[in-house]
Parts: sequence; C-alpha cells; structure tokens
Amino acid sequence: MLSFILIIIAGLFFSGIISRTKSIASGRKGPGIFQPLKDVVRLFKKGAIYSETTSFIFQIAPTIYFASIIMAMLIVPFGQSKGIISFNGDFVFFAYVLALGKFFNIISAMDTGSSFEGMGASREALYSMLAEPAFFILMGSFSLLTGHTSFQEIFAALHLGSTISYALATLATFVLVMVAMIENSRMPIDDPKTHLELTMIHEVMILDNSGFDLGLILTAGYLKFAVYGALIVNLFIGIVGYQYSIPLFFAIQFSMAVTIGLVESFMARFRMNHNAQFILVLSSVSFLIFFVVMLILGKFI
Amino acid sequence: MILIKAFLLLLLLITVLIPFFNVKGKGIVTFIAILLNTLISSYFAFLTFLGEKFEFILPGSIVSGLIPLRIDALSGWFMMVINIVFITGGFYGFFYMNNYKSQKNNLSLHSISFVFLHAALISLCVIQNSIAFIVAWEIMALSAFILIIFEHGKITTLKAGINYLIQSHISIVFLMLGFMWMAFKTGTYDFAAISTYTATHDSSIGIILFLCFFVTFAIKAGFVPFHTWLPYAHPAAPAHISGIMSGVIIKIGIFGILRMLLLIKPDFTIIGYIILIVSLISGLYGVMLAIIQHNLKKLLAYHSIENIGIIGIGIGLGCIGLGSENIILASIGFAGALLHTLNHALFKSLLFYTAGNVYLATHTLDIEHLGGLIKKMPQTTLLFLIAAIAICGIPPFNGFISEFLIYNGLYSWLHEAKLASLVMIIFSILGLVMIGGLAMLCFTKAFGVVFLGSPRHQFKHEIKEVPFKQLFPLYLIAALIISIGLFPKLFLNLMMKPVSLYTGIQQASFIPLQGPSFDAIQSLSYAAWGFVLLIGGIFLIRKLATRKRIIETSPTWGCGYIAPNPKLQYTANSFVRSFIKLFKPILVISKKEHKLHGIFPSEETHYETHPYDGLEKQLIDNPLKSYKSFMGRFLFLQNGKLQFYILYGIIFIILVIGLPLIYEKIIELMNFFKQL
Repeated sequence: MLSFILIIIAGLFFSGIISRTKSIASGRKGPGIFQPLKDVVRLFKKGAIYSETTSFIFQIAPTIYFASIIMAMLIVPFGQSKGIISFNGDFVFFAYVLALGKFFNIISAMDTGSSFEGMGASREALYSMLAEPAFFILMGSFSLLTGHTSFQEIFAALHLGSTISYALATLATFVLVMVAMIENSRMPIDDPKTHLELTMIHEVMILDNSGFDLGLILTAGYLKFAVYGALIVNLFIGIVGYQYSIPLFFAIQFSMAVTIGLVESFMARFRMNHNAQFILVLSSVSFLIFFVVMLILGKFI
Repeated sequence: MILIKAFLLLLLLITVLIPFFNVKGKGIVTFIAILLNTLISSYFAFLTFLGEKFEFILPGSIVSGLIPLRIDALSGWFMMVINIVFITGGFYGFFYMNNYKSQKNNLSLHSISFVFLHAALISLCVIQNSIAFIVAWEIMALSAFILIIFEHGKITTLKAGINYLIQSHISIVFLMLGFMWMAFKTGTYDFAAISTYTATHDSSIGIILFLCFFVTFAIKAGFVPFHTWLPYAHPAAPAHISGIMSGVIIKIGIFGILRMLLLIKPDFTIIGYIILIVSLISGLYGVMLAIIQHNLKKLLAYHSIENIGIIGIGIGLGCIGLGSENIILASIGFAGALLHTLNHALFKSLLFYTAGNVYLATHTLDIEHLGGLIKKMPQTTLLFLIAAIAICGIPPFNGFISEFLIYNGLYSWLHEAKLASLVMIIFSILGLVMIGGLAMLCFTKAFGVVFLGSPRHQFKHEIKEVPFKQLFPLYLIAALIISIGLFPKLFLNLMMKPVSLYTGIQQASFIPLQGPSFDAIQSLSYAAWGFVLLIGGIFLIRKLATRKRIIETSPTWGCGYIAPNPKLQYTANSFVRSFIKLFKPILVISKKEHKLHGIFPSEETHYETHPYDGLEKQLIDNPLKSYKSFMGRFLFLQNGKLQFYILYGIIFIILVIGLPLIYEKIIELMNFFKQL
C-alpha cells in the first residue's frame, strides 16, 4: 500500500523534474514542475476526435494500457512492506501485465491505418521484445542470490554488505534505468521531442489519440517512470527503517529524473537501426550480473 | 465393456449409413456420432479424474494376442482435450462445410474420416498393445490424410497431403522399430512388458528405446527439426480440420512422449535435458518463422511448433525434476505441460476457426490483401483478439497460467541447481521470454494487419460476418479460455491425478499440487480478477467523464498529407522488416524484384517476397536434390525400349539361377584351398 502511494506521488513530479532539468541545462526559463500535470488535467476536460478508420480497439486501448500500469504499481513492494498483490513469481505477472498494455498500444496504433503509427508500432513491438530478457535475467539473478521468487522477499533479503554486492546493485541499476528508458521511449532509444514522425517510437503511436484517452496515456507514462524508479529504490533500501527509506525513495526518484533530463540534454539519440544491438547489450549486462551471482555463491566449482 | 463395444459398433454403423443421407443429414449424423463417442469416452475420463483406473482386455486376434485397454488419468486428460476440440470442431465444421454442398461424395468420405479420426485418437489414448496401437495410429494417419485433401482439386493441397502422408509414415517406421525391438526381447505385445523389461535392464537401453519413440512422436508433434510437414498440412486443410490437427493430432505426439515416459522410466535427467534443448529450439524457431509468414494459416501453423516447444519445456522440466528427485519441480513441469496442452488446443483451434471465417468471407488468406475486417466482422475479430492475447501468454487469459507455471518451475529449480543446470535455466528463461516477446510481435502484426486499418484490397463480393450458429462453438472455446485464466485452481485440481502418475504421490488430497508455486495460483487468480475489475472500473470512469464531451470524427492524422489511401498503410512485411533485418542469418527469404528504369519509370512494377524454411532446405530439399541427381545417373536404364527390358529380365533370371551356383563353386574352391 505504501509503495502505491509513494509511486503516485513520485509519478506526479517525475516528468516535471525531467523537463525542468532540461530547461535549466539548455539555459531556458522553461515550464514549471507542475506543467505536465496541468497538461493532463486539461486533457481530461477535453472532448475527443476519433479517426474514421478506427474501431472499438482504439477506444479501449488507452484504458487497458492505463490499467496495466496501475496493476504493475500494485505489485511493486517497498522494502519490508509488501505490494498490495504479492505472490511467488509476481515479477513474471508484473512483466506480462505490462505486456498487455503494450499489446493494446500497438494494435491501437495499427487501428488508425496510418503509415507513421504503424512504423511506431513495429518498433515498439520489436524493442520491447528485446528489452524483456534483460529484466527476466536480472530477476533470475536476484532470485538465485536470495533464494526467493517474489519481489518483496527478494528485495527484503537483498543485503548489501560486501563491495561486490554494491557492484551488483550498480549494474542492476544501470539495467533497470535503461529498461525504463526503453519502456518509456526516452532518450538514447527514442526522442519524444523530435519533430519528425519518422524517427519517433512512442509519440508517433499516439498521434491520433486525443482528449481523455491521451490524458490516460500520458499519466500512464509518468507513472511507469516512477514504477521503475521504485524498483531501483528497492535495490538499496532492503530492511532500512521507514524514516530513512522514504526520504531515500524520493532522493533516488529525483536523481533518476535529473539523470534522464541531463542525458536528454547532452546526448544524441542513437541511430534507429543500431537500437537493437544496444538493447541486446542490456541482456549481456544482466548475464554479467547472473555470472557474478554465481561467483558469489560459489556455483562455479 | 458394453460401452466399448458400443463405441466400436457406432463406427461401423456410421460407415455404412453416412453415404445414404443427404448433405445436411450427413453433417447431423456425423455430429451425433462424435457426440455419442464423446459421451462414452468422457464418462471414463471423468471417472479417472476421481482416481479410478480401468482395465479391459479385448480378445484380439492370433497376430496381436490379447489387447489390453488401460485408462488412467493421463489418458483421461488427453481424451478430455480431444473431446473438447472435436465437439467444437464438429459443430463449426458442420457450418463451414455448408459452402461445399455440391460435392456430395466427397463430403461422405470427409464425414466418415472425421468420425474415424476421433475414434482413432481416443483409442490411441487407451490401447496398450503394440500391434493394435500401430493399427490405430495408421487409421489416424490415413483418416487425417483424407481430411486434409478435401480440396484435392488444388495441386498445393494434394502436395501438402502427400508430404504429410510420407512424413507420418516415416514416424511409423520408428514406432515399429521400437515395438519390434521390445516384442523381440519380451515376447509379448503388451505395453506393460516394456515397463518391466526396461526396469530390469541397463539404463542406456531405456534411453535408446525412449529416443526411438521420441523421434516417432516428435514428428507427429512437430518438434524442430521434424516439423516440416506441419506448415504445409495446416493451411491446406479446411479450417475445422486445421484446428483439430493443431489442437489434437499434434498433441497425440505429446501424449505418446508422456506415455512412454511413464512406461520406460529412462534416466530422467538426460532425457529431460534432451527434451528441454529440443523444445527451446522448437519454440524459438517456430515463432521466428511464424513472424515472416504472409499466409494466415501458415503463420498459425508455425505457432503450433512454438507452442509444442513450450509444452516440451514443461515436460523437460518435469523429467529433470524426477531425475533429481525434486518433486515440486516435477509436478510444476508436468502440470505446466499438461495445462498448456489444453490451453493450446483451445486457443489454437479458436484461431484456426476464426481464420476459417476470414477465408469464408474473403476467399483469401494472404494477409497483405486483408485489412479493416473489424468493421465487417466484429465478432470474429473479438474472438481472434481473445485467442491472440491468450497465445501470447498475457494475463488474464489461459496461456499465461501455463507459462507462469513453467516460469515458476524454472525459477524454483534455480535454487538448487549447479553450474551446468544454472546455465541451462538461464538460457531457458531467455528462450521463454524471447518466445513470448516474438509471439507478441507476430500477433500484433497478424491482428493489426488482418482486422484493423482500412481494407487493402477491393473484393468483388460483399464481405459479411458468418452466422451466429457458426460462431457459437467459438464463443464456447473463448469462454473456456477466459475461465481457465480466471479460475486456474479449478483446472489444476483436475490435473492433480495425471501429474501424480509421475510424481508418485497417490493421496486423494491436494498434496501433489501444493507448495509455494501452486499457492501462487490462487493469488494469481485474485490478481486476474482484480485486473479485470480495474479495467472495467477505469473504463466506467472514462465513460462517465467523457459523457458530456464533444466527440468528433475525422480522417486519420496524415502528418500534413491530405490524400492518404489504403496503400500508404503499414503492411505486414514492413511491420516486421526490422525484425527480418536483425535475424537475417536464420531466415531464408527469396525476393523477386523488378528493377525500375529512368527518372520517371512508366512500366508497372512488381515485388514479391517468399519466406522459406531454412531447416527444410538444409535437411530435406538438399539431400533430396543430391539423391535425385545420384539416381539420375541410372536414368539410361529406364529408356522405354522393349528389348532392353527383356534383357533386364534375362539378366535377372540368369543371376537368380547363377548366383547360387557360383556361390557353391566358391565354397568348393575355398575348401579346396583349405585342404592345401
């Protein structure tokens, strides 16, 4: 329950912090931290325009996408306190629930019959497929390390005592941050602020959404960031008391948002046809984590 | 006993009666026959779930000896799967075949073969005598062949059918080899003898024997590299037959593997690893080739190979669990495999039936010609969508439950694995995740291109939804898919008995399916319910919030371009283009391209791509080619001149008479040398 509330709070600010960082880095005055929220509220109040080509799929897809993110939020634990839903193998459920959201996102883009949106849909389907192994292998490594198979038990048992475990957590953070970037279609993979539809992934898929539906999609995007942020926080808090862990939660979410902002300010997007290789690198990093865990547990003998 | 006699008598009666009915009557009689046989076999299947076992001894003949029929929970489970698919398939087929009313004799043959196929499959589950088993196996293969070549006017259909016939007979060779070996060693055809023989002999015999049967059943099930018949036979057959083939016939291969595991009890660890590796390759290869297909049914056929791979991963895990005496892993593995067998039978038959609806409406299965069917056929679209989500293994549908079990098996195995098995586990997880992700790519493509967007092709005839009567069995299957997703515990309880055959725990309580991984199923079911409610709730809020808003319609945003036409849409091929580029070394795609000339080319141009199966090329086409060219050297013998044929005859006669004489002389000569 705690994590659910914390993620919502973090999600409210996350996108604002990113855009604020970007505006400071580029020397602009820029919008305030609450601007994304205001945008969403404005969208919720608006009417909608639907394309003549679309069908009921296009109408239900944003709802299901949003619901899948909420469901994923319910599973994420917060240190000692369980998520609202917790069972053995819940991270499998977590990943597959997110996949349902993606499935509907992709087919709703196909529903418009637009060439641009089809392009985005195709890329989204391929990249998310390539990103998933990294997450599963990462969770497999932690499961091996701790001997548990649910989010909460894994994170609670993840003691960071030795130097090598810190190295492990750093690598894991890297993987999770990059998975979050891919899932949210942010910078090195995709540039949401590009002005050419041909080079977008996520933004081009939602070209035809408007009004309440677009609001749902944007909100879901903000929350998704916070969900992955919360997973990273969980790598570090372990059994620390709430008086430390809650500030730590916000500190880590904040620094993740700032990092994303900085990356987007100073890095160029990867070439689209090199993305696949890049994403596969993530899987090899998680393989590295797996082998480190095997080393720690002495399974090599 | 009376029931079994009734079962067999019914077959005879049907064969005699069907030709005399009119077209509608044939359909009804066929369906009634299937229904009666289903009732009889379901009665036994149901009792086995309650823990009963049956054994009947049929007198047989001099050749075969006594024919024991043993019905245990494993037979019961597969009989249930067969019956579900045949009842829905028969019902659907009754309406599907309405479109071929004029071919009266052909329909008689089709109906008779349909009933025979059902009976043969059911009897394969219970017969425990090698000779009777081979006979039933042959009846199944032949009746399936007749069903596939229903549209035998088309050359591709006939070719596909013959391809199937040859490959299923190659599988019979291995089956006979295994049975002959055992009959030679034990002197009886009873399956029970196999069990006792392998238990008392060296374990390597068990492994070799099992591998012999494994090849048989792998050809039937479509494990890579024995899969090449499958992508031809499925698209060629009528839709209900494709559904049944994919739902049941290939599952009889799975049944065979599971049955042999029970009988032979080989070294489970080695067998487990072999099955696991073959299954991983099957799963990945199947889905990769599925993605590049343009023919909707062929795409689905390759997905069957993928799902057989997933089932195989479950069986492999179960075997390894038995080998390492990890009862939980064993139960999870076999439970996952059995449940996925049922699940795949459900969603794959649903997919084939909906593909059949598409074919009836548009007369084409080439997905590049389809599009926008959701407006014309909303119900078919919804059913296809449900099945597509289920086959991708996404909650809250049934595919997720079985994949979840297998994931859980893999993750729980992790904790006690050593180096080699850890590497195996991590690659299995990698494989399973990739399979899931690729399946999603494939089905977003198939669904998006076939049903969404605007039509890519103007058909001369009107496209309309099939009647509700025909959709009714499809809704039944969809209901089952959803209920397994929402009440998984119920089906796991059913599965307790077949699984306990392997794990050896025979209590009537729920012990075999307990442990942390199975407790998760209950929470999973709550989570699935919560998810459904959540979606409903948010949708309701959306409905209320947008009630008074202005809703408009306008053309799709074309990024400033104001005259878009359907040809600008993303095609199936372009949707998977980046995938094709990424996996180029594995895929074989032949291109036919017409180069354009000049700055303003005036001539019409054409561009075609044909996906092909690389393994088929390497394993079947190339050896066949070199065999053919080798045999071509002897072509001069067959020159059509009578004199030569008479000469061959004379040479043959001389050899037949002369060889023994020469042989005698040689012996004499040898003796002569020895005396020296």
